[in-house]
Amino acid sequence: MCLALPALVVALEAGDDSVVELGGVRKRVSLALTPEARVGDYVVVHVGYAIGMLDADEAERTLALFADLAASQAAAS
Amino acid sequence: MKYVDEFRDGALAAKIAARLADAADPARHYSFMEFCGGHTHAIARYGVADLLPENVRMVHGPGCPVCVLPIGRVDLAIRLALERGVMLCTYGDVMRVPASGNLSLLRAKARGADVRMVYSAADALALSRAHPGREVVFLAIGFETTTPPTALVIRQAASERLRNFSVLCNHVLTPAAITHILDSPEVRDYGSVPIDGFVGPAHVSIVIGYGPYEGFARQYRKPVVIAGFEPLDVMQAILMLVRQVNEGRAEVENEFTRAVTRTGNLAAQQVIAEVFETRPSFEWRGLGEVPNSALKIRPAFAEFDAERRFALAYTAVPDHRQCECGAILRGLRKPTECKLFGTVCTPETPMGSCMVSSEGACAAHYSYGRFRDIAVAAETLR
Repeated sequence: MCLALPALVVALEAGDDSVVELGGVRKRVSLALTPEARVGDYVVVHVGYAIGMLDADEAERTLALFADLAASQAAAS
Repeated sequence: MKYVDEFRDGALAAKIAARLADAADPARHYSFMEFCGGHTHAIARYGVADLLPENVRMVHGPGCPVCVLPIGRVDLAIRLALERGVMLCTYGDVMRVPASGNLSLLRAKARGADVRMVYSAADALALSRAHPGREVVFLAIGFETTTPPTALVIRQAASERLRNFSVLCNHVLTPAAITHILDSPEVRDYGSVPIDGFVGPAHVSIVIGYGPYEGFARQYRKPVVIAGFEPLDVMQAILMLVRQVNEGRAEVENEFTRAVTRTGNLAAQQVIAEVFETRPSFEWRGLGEVPNSALKIRPAFAEFDAERRFALAYTAVPDHRQCECGAILRGLRKPTECKLFGTVCTPETPMGSCMVSSEGACAAHYSYGRFRDIAVAAETLR
């Protein structure tokens, strides 16, 4: 039910609408809840609305944390 | 898909699992509840349970809005559609929920009721514009993720002065339910709650932030780690919980930093506060009445409130007497310990809340986990 997916904003349209791309599929979603979103940003889409922004730097940091884990494990073995 | 596939990497999952095995103290048991159905589903689907040490157990919580929607509320919607001739719009997940009289919204549709499946609350609003001669009712359900879109369409309907649109509101609140699990009088009947910490909501926390869990963590001395819905997120969160327990900490930590901040989405919170107010009490299927755990439409938007517009009166409908959902949702029983599980109660014919949606504890175990219960017996035939 709370399924939501990260999607790339590719165009801003009239009102709060925008076009986002998600795994090659383009879809119209409302940015009424994320007025700060711009073309090139990733937003989290749920039932046709962007409910939040996705912070690309933080995503990289989390992945780096997993990778560091991998590196330290490799070093230990 | 970017920001999805990277968080499902099997090799990395194995590494985090090894780190978890190191961190878990063999002298003790860890029992954590993942509140959200999204986490329950990820744990079952990606086999996360198999990657955890023997002494780390996950308890599946009540965080599936379809599951906890009481039968009596679905009955209200079905009666509106069958007896009052409204065009009843709702999310696809709700269509199959079994209600009284062997009915569901899908079966009501088969009997001629005008029931429409919509992807978004905005679709329901569009239907009311397209059919000005019809009463259009949006059956709104969901946690804080789905609430802001409902608030937006109610505000939009008010600004357009739509006369034929209303909302049957069933939006529920996550922090109230988490607290209730540790706090309810029923817990005393069942015994103590064997939960050492919580994997906190992903998308709900995008909206409300992680701040609202801080009082809870302090008051109940239970760690909370907010986690994304991908399997690596869940595993990392469990690792963080194990470390907190080992170190005697009970803090709110955030694994899902790419989407969750302490304060959450203020624009979404603002529109929720403008349109909705807290209900003094609301029934959760499987949990019973939970105080201050749901929202209703503010008097300023009364004409868009289907409960007032159609003078609806709620009647509670009990679940099957042998259904163990109440104990399962509180972490006191496993799905397989219920007599009904997998026999009369299956995803096709759910008897209780945990079997209703694929995110429910019993449905997830039925679909993905039940084969793990069967001991493998290999025989050589000569």
